[in-house]
Formats: sequence, C-alpha cells, structure tokens
Amino acid sequence: MSLQERYMLKVEGLTVSFDGFKAVDDLSFYVEPNECRVIIGPNGAGKTTVLDLICGRTRATDGSVKFKDHELLKMREDQIVHAGVGRKFQTPSVYEDLTVFENLEISYPSGYSVFGALAFVRSPNVQHRIAEIAETIFLEDLLDEKAAFLSHGQKQWLEIGMLLIQDPELLMLDEPVAGMSVAERKKTAELLNRIIQDRSVIVIEHDMGFVADIATRVNVLHQGKMLSEGSMAHVQADPKVIEVYLGH
Amino acid sequence: MTLSKNPLFTRHEAAAFAVLAFVIFLLLPAALDNFRLNLFGKYLTYAFVAVGLALCWGAGGILSLGQGVFFGLGGYCMAMFLKLEASTPENTSIQSTPGIPDFMDWNQLTELPLWWTPFYSLTFALIAVVIVPVIFAFIIGVAMFRRRVGGVYFAIITQAFAAILTILIIGQQGFTGGVNGITDLRTLKGWDIRTDEAKEVLYYVNGALLFVVLFIAHFVRKSKLGRILIAMRDQEDRVRFSGYDVASFKIFIFCLGAAFAGIGGAMFTLQVGFMSPTLVGIVPSIEMVIFCAVGGRLSIIGAVYGALLVNWAKTSFSESFPELWLFGLGGLFIAVVMLFPNGLAGVWTEKVLPQLTGLWKSRKSQPQKEEALQ
Repeated sequence: MSLQERYMLKVEGLTVSFDGFKAVDDLSFYVEPNECRVIIGPNGAGKTTVLDLICGRTRATDGSVKFKDHELLKMREDQIVHAGVGRKFQTPSVYEDLTVFENLEISYPSGYSVFGALAFVRSPNVQHRIAEIAETIFLEDLLDEKAAFLSHGQKQWLEIGMLLIQDPELLMLDEPVAGMSVAERKKTAELLNRIIQDRSVIVIEHDMGFVADIATRVNVLHQGKMLSEGSMAHVQADPKVIEVYLGH
Repeated sequence: MTLSKNPLFTRHEAAAFAVLAFVIFLLLPAALDNFRLNLFGKYLTYAFVAVGLALCWGAGGILSLGQGVFFGLGGYCMAMFLKLEASTPENTSIQSTPGIPDFMDWNQLTELPLWWTPFYSLTFALIAVVIVPVIFAFIIGVAMFRRRVGGVYFAIITQAFAAILTILIIGQQGFTGGVNGITDLRTLKGWDIRTDEAKEVLYYVNGALLFVVLFIAHFVRKSKLGRILIAMRDQEDRVRFSGYDVASFKIFIFCLGAAFAGIGGAMFTLQVGFMSPTLVGIVPSIEMVIFCAVGGRLSIIGAVYGALLVNWAKTSFSESFPELWLFGLGGLFIAVVMLFPNGLAGVWTEKVLPQLTGLWKSRKSQPQKEEALQ
C-alpha cells in the first residue's frame, strides 16, 4: 500500500515562527481515513495554531501539509474548504443576524461564486438537506429563529451543522464541548460520535473523559513540539506527559 | 413549512416600494412648483449613492467614505458629452480655437485631448457613466480586499481617494475645467435640458432609474449573496472557512455601489446643468454616508428617504441660517449614532410598525369578542 492511499493527512516538518518565537516547531503526524485524532496539551502548546495552519488561516514558515493529493500550504482558505477540509472554531462562529435556516443555507455546498450566489435558489433538495441536518443537530424546531437568540450550546451545534452540511472528508473541531452544561455535553458527545463515522476528524479537547471516549489516537503537544503520540492509555502512561501535566 | 418561503417581495416590502413610488411620482410633483421639484430631483440623485451604501456598508459592513468619487466620475462622463455638444464651432466662434470646450481655450489648449474624443458619442458616454466608476471601484477593491484591508483602514483609504481625485481635477484645469467644473451645459442631442419642461421630464426619468436601481438592490439583498454579505459583516472568517472567496464578494458589492453612484452623478449633471469637484471630495462623500445613516443603513428604501430628508433640511436650514447648517448636520449624525443606530427605517420597523399592527389587531379582534359575549 502506498503512503498516498494510507493517509488522509500528512503533516511533515510543520513550523511557524512569529517574530522568532516558534509556536509550532518541526511537527509531523499522519492521520488515517476514518480516524479520530485528538490533540491535547497545556495552554499555549500550539494546538489551535496547528489547526490554523492546516486550514490556511495562518501561513506556515516551513514544512508540508498534504491532504490527499493537495498541498494545503499553497492553497487559499476557500480552496482548502473545497478540497474537503472543514473547521470549527473554538468560540461559536455563527451568523447572529441570520436565522438557523439561513446559517445552514450559506454553508450548503453550492453557489460559491458571486454569480452563483445571485442565482442560487432554495430548491427542495436544499430544503430537505437543511431539514435533515437540523434534525441531527437538535435544532429542527428553531429553523426560523435568529442565531443570536440561541444558547451557547445550540450555537456550537449550529456551527457543527454548518460543517456537516458540507460533508468534509477531514473535520477539525476546536474544543467542541467547552463551556457547555452537563446535559448539553452529553448530547454533544452523542452527536460527535455519530458524525465522526466515515470521515477523518481532528479534535482539540481538554475533557479527558470525552477524549477517552472518542479518540483513536492522541497527540500530546507541548511548546509547539510533539511530546507523545499513541493510544489514550499509552500517552497517559508516558512519563514525559505526566511530567508536563503534573510536574513543575 | 415556513422556512421554504423566500418571496422576492413580502407584503411589507411591496407596500414600502408602492409608498415610495407614490411619493416620488405623484405626491412630490403635485405638491411642489417646478423649481422645488428640480431641487428634489437633485436630492434623489444622492439617493442612488445612499442605496449603494446601504448595500456596501449596511449589508456588507464595508464603509466607503469615497462614494463621491464614483458620483463624480459618472457625473463628469455625462458632463463631457454635454460639454462637447455645447461647444460647436458656431457657439465658440469668439475663442482663439473654436470648437473646443471654453475652459480648454482659456487654458491655452489648442486642440481637444485625445481621451475626450470618444465622448462625442452619447452611447459611449452613457456606457462610461457606469463603466468608469466600476473600473475604478474594481481597481481599488482588488488592491484593498485581496490584501484583506478592511474596516477603518478601508474607510480612510477611500477618503484619500476622494481627496486625490479632487486635487487631480482642480490641478488639471485645462482638461477638467478645474475648480469651476464643467459648466454651461445646454442640450442633449439637440434637446434643451434647461427648460422647465425638460427638467420635469428629467425628474421622472431620474425617478424611474432610481426604481430600477432599487429593484436591483432589492434582488441582491434577497438573494443568497445578500445573506452572505450580512454573514461577512458578522463573521468574515466563518464565511471564508465555509468555502467562499470573501474578497470577490466585497469587490462585487463595492463595484455595484459605484455603478449606482455613477448613474446618480450623471442624473445630477443632467438636472443641475453642471459638474464640479465640490461634489467629488471628502465632504460630499461623508454627507452621502450621513444620508444613508439617517435613512437607516440596513434599508435601501430608508436610504432614499434619508437622502430626501437630509437634503431638504439642508436647503431649508441654509436658507435661514447658512452658518449653522454644518453644526446641524454634525448634530444629526451624532443623534443617529447615539439614539437610533438603524435610522428612520429602524424607528419605523421597531417603533411605529408594531404600534400600527397592534392597533389593527385590536380593532379586528373587538367584534369577535362581542360575538363571543352574545
């Protein structure tokens, strides 16, 4: 089996330096199809920066990020999305002035160009797909509600829905359960468990119980470098990891 | 399902269009004498700019303080055609070089500059009225939005463009008419635009064109593009990471606003009979933003009322207290920002309309109550 087929995402020697400070330093890891990879690490370890680099929000100083056949570091953000990479931000990023329906509609993968957007019509297909996604993210009764009136947890779900509707092959989630109530957290875990099937997922998360629940493999990041990689049990037993989390 | 409904006009929107049509085509012509009607025609040319701003700034969050540039470019394109038509060798026989515009002769030019010659053609001039502002907007848009310049920085740079163009026009007196502008415009294809009758016709043409622009703007607002603009205003990054090339949407809406402003400028030239750099610079550009803000930057119809009301207030105020007007305008802008940020349209939809519908509903429900009692 060639490398090309084996891995969905290949990150090699990824480095970014902000005025000499290396936020991510010579990082390499490989994500397989249908794998759920969780990145953990203390504050400032560079977790969010890694996602930013993959999705094109921050430009890398050096290295390579290969997604299937695409070298992502050379592509614009919207091209990366079209290639099949979806990204959820840490704070819920939804369009507050638009309704839940309109939020999902904008994310519907069609009419991306200026004139395509002008000519876009709400076909039955579009409506059906939006209704379907709304049900998945528990918002089917709130489609005509403005996103501004949703609770924090509902906004998180909406953003997850906005990604789902694009059906990305690689989904990147930045702290999807942060700031949620216990009930919401449980529902979200259930939602995530359902949607991480049939695609590769990279998740940043602090909730260890949640991580153990979903992770195929875990990367531990510390000061921009890979500290440990392996199964949850492996990294929990790794003395280096214990040192970083419990030491000093 | 309610969610499937996205009609081009809701009942409220259709009513708003109808009321505006009534005001422009019936009420104003019936209530005003010819002189005042021509003044309102002039105010309505600013409404073109305000509608464009409602799209760029209100929907898309792109504040341009240089819309006067596009208004001026459209106006100058029209003025150049009219000036050439007015400068026949017979009319200009006392000049040392007959057949060229008078200001060129005063500036010792002996022949028409090459770039003026296409403006002998009305077709070319009419196309240029729209295309020249769009090309300018496109160049500015590509230069700024591709580099992700936005917000205050963009506003300041557009303001600089307004200053640059004014200085250029004033400095190149021989080619542009300098600080006086292009004056003494007479006929359009032989039709005298200075008569009362012509002014009345032009008022209606202006009104009709404004409605064309309003329909285009309304269509854009109602399309998915309109919702993407609002989304960009709130969460630009989310739009980008939903697969849209944000810059191209910004460039498009900025160019559309410029095209509207250009048409307004051309109608200004036709109705007022001149074009000058005083309509291009920073102050008129900011005034245009105020028209839009007062009317309600989220509403294209509101923008039209804003342009009408502020200009009407300006004229009435300046007639009695000329030196106080600028303070009045400043005060108005502060009042809008502090007290009713969504302008007149906001006051209407948030305060007046709920009261009206409340009245309507209570009146309708009263007879039912009586029936129930019986």
